[in-house]
Amino acid sequence: MVAIAGSVPGDRSDRAKRLFFWLLAGLAAVAVLSIGTGASGVSVLDAAQGWMAGNLDPRDALVLKSIRLPRLALGMLIGAALAVSGAVMQGLFRNPLADPGVVGVGAGASLGAVFAIVLGGMLPVWMGQHAVSLMAFAGAGYSTLLLYRVATRSGRTSVATMLLAGIALGALAAAMVGVMTYMADDRQLRDLTFWGMGSLAGASWTKVGAALPLILPAILLSPLLARGLNGLALGEAAAGHMGLPVQRIKLLAILTVAAATGASVAVSGGIGFIGIVVPHLLRIGSGPDHRWLLPNAAVLGAILLCLADIVARMIVAPAELPIGIVTAILGAPVFLWILLSRKGVGAL
Amino acid sequence: MMRALALLLLTALPCAAQDRIASLGGSVSEIVAALGAEDRLIARDSTTLFPETLTALPDVGYVRALSPEGVLSVGPDLILAEEGAGPVEAVEALQQAGIPFVSIPEDPSPEGVLAKIRAVGAALDIDAEPLASQVEAGFDRAAAARADVTDAKKVLFILSAQGGRLMVGGDQTAAGAIIELAGGINAATGFDGYKPMTDEAILTAAPDVILMMDRGGDHGAANEVLFAQAALGASPAAKSDAVVRMDGLLLLGFGPRTPDAAIQLHDALYGG
Repeated sequence: MVAIAGSVPGDRSDRAKRLFFWLLAGLAAVAVLSIGTGASGVSVLDAAQGWMAGNLDPRDALVLKSIRLPRLALGMLIGAALAVSGAVMQGLFRNPLADPGVVGVGAGASLGAVFAIVLGGMLPVWMGQHAVSLMAFAGAGYSTLLLYRVATRSGRTSVATMLLAGIALGALAAAMVGVMTYMADDRQLRDLTFWGMGSLAGASWTKVGAALPLILPAILLSPLLARGLNGLALGEAAAGHMGLPVQRIKLLAILTVAAATGASVAVSGGIGFIGIVVPHLLRIGSGPDHRWLLPNAAVLGAILLCLADIVARMIVAPAELPIGIVTAILGAPVFLWILLSRKGVGAL
Repeated sequence: MMRALALLLLTALPCAAQDRIASLGGSVSEIVAALGAEDRLIARDSTTLFPETLTALPDVGYVRALSPEGVLSVGPDLILAEEGAGPVEAVEALQQAGIPFVSIPEDPSPEGVLAKIRAVGAALDIDAEPLASQVEAGFDRAAAARADVTDAKKVLFILSAQGGRLMVGGDQTAAGAIIELAGGINAATGFDGYKPMTDEAILTAAPDVILMMDRGGDHGAANEVLFAQAALGASPAAKSDAVVRMDGLLLLGFGPRTPDAAIQLHDALYGG
């Protein structure tokens, strides 16, 4: 654990640190780009001039304040949440394919959302227009809790059991989604399909306000897990011998992921790929040390999701493409290309 | 909230006729065109496909998945939307922008069509009564034709026959409604919506006529393929090779053309 920076061959922590600041600069650039891009054609320059002169057109002001800004904020939050959750899961399960779906978040959330879409009439009235978000979050939280309980025996959580039980629970949830899909009418069917592809189109300050208290603490607290995840990379027993509180680390990791991903899925539907691709890119570029991997993943996730959102809202303007399609269409080939171009390097 | 409401009411008052209208919903657009206000439209949604000239307008996407900035970017001064346009946040953002947003109620019945026409007329500040009475007369003609039917035929609406699985229109569907308006009996009952029906139930339903959407080629399975299936091959429809294909929007749209669709279907079922 005693490492002298730069003196160990293969130590890339300097590089990872520098990368963090480059990524922050990139995020700032993407934020400006995102605020200045949209179907209505209001540019950053227009906005700045109008604001300085105090005569910003009310419609332009609305586009900026009530549409683009909350959308940018939500995009950054969700991108960061998905990427950090992915990195934490991969660390916890010591498996490069793990993503928040492994702890049942995705399956539970989609079951909740589908329930609200198809059988919304059975839900209490106070849920109103937020029924889908609330139910998705409840489904995500409940299924994670359930998996944790299943996999925990006498105070020890078996990640292997969790992985397998997650597959079983996912199949069960998928079957129940199937039942409700069968019951749905054609309008509900289209709603289901669109929900599964994710979108930031419904971004509002209300949604940002609902997601922020869950996502921000999760992201800010995630570096606390870094040492533990680094230790777990050597195996659970080794981590225990190093004096790491393995069980506490597992619980905190699962809670972090459930809160961050549950909130993301609830407000934006299913957005895939960010959670897998961002941590991998960073590990290839700057090493697997979680102390830098986690913050870097947060920023890179935010950058990629905001970029994808710009594409989603511009490419078929004035209509809009679901963002999950964009992340997969642009992300998957790039990811494959990166994997293929790393010939001769075995494990990730 | 009250201020927003007052603002909405104020802007919704027809002080000057709006001529930059975004119409969201196939049958709503059809009514706007039938009321002669086609030239006041500047944008449409992806379900607006008739009259065909409207497809040249910019498409703001699917009516249930609107992007608020996308709709704002076409600069509408009135938004006409079929019931259920969304997402709610997008509609709220549009209302905040001070653009009058009129929701048109949706109901697949003759009364529903007339109510839609009147609602669109009111929103456009056009007298909708001539069109409404014309459509109503059409429905009366359909009703008269229906009254002459002595031996009503059982009609099975097949939405798709993909891979030999038949997706049919049950109760509470536009397909079931139009079959009844044409003087037929929906052969698929006992469930709501468009669902796959088991072969044995189809056999029991014994449809006299198969009704399908005319989708030009691939999807509309050929008669031989259709009747090659055991369940359909034994039906009375197979014996008389009775398959009716009609344009989907005309058949299921429930707009101003619905009386024509009902009469057309009636004639196809019972001969002009």
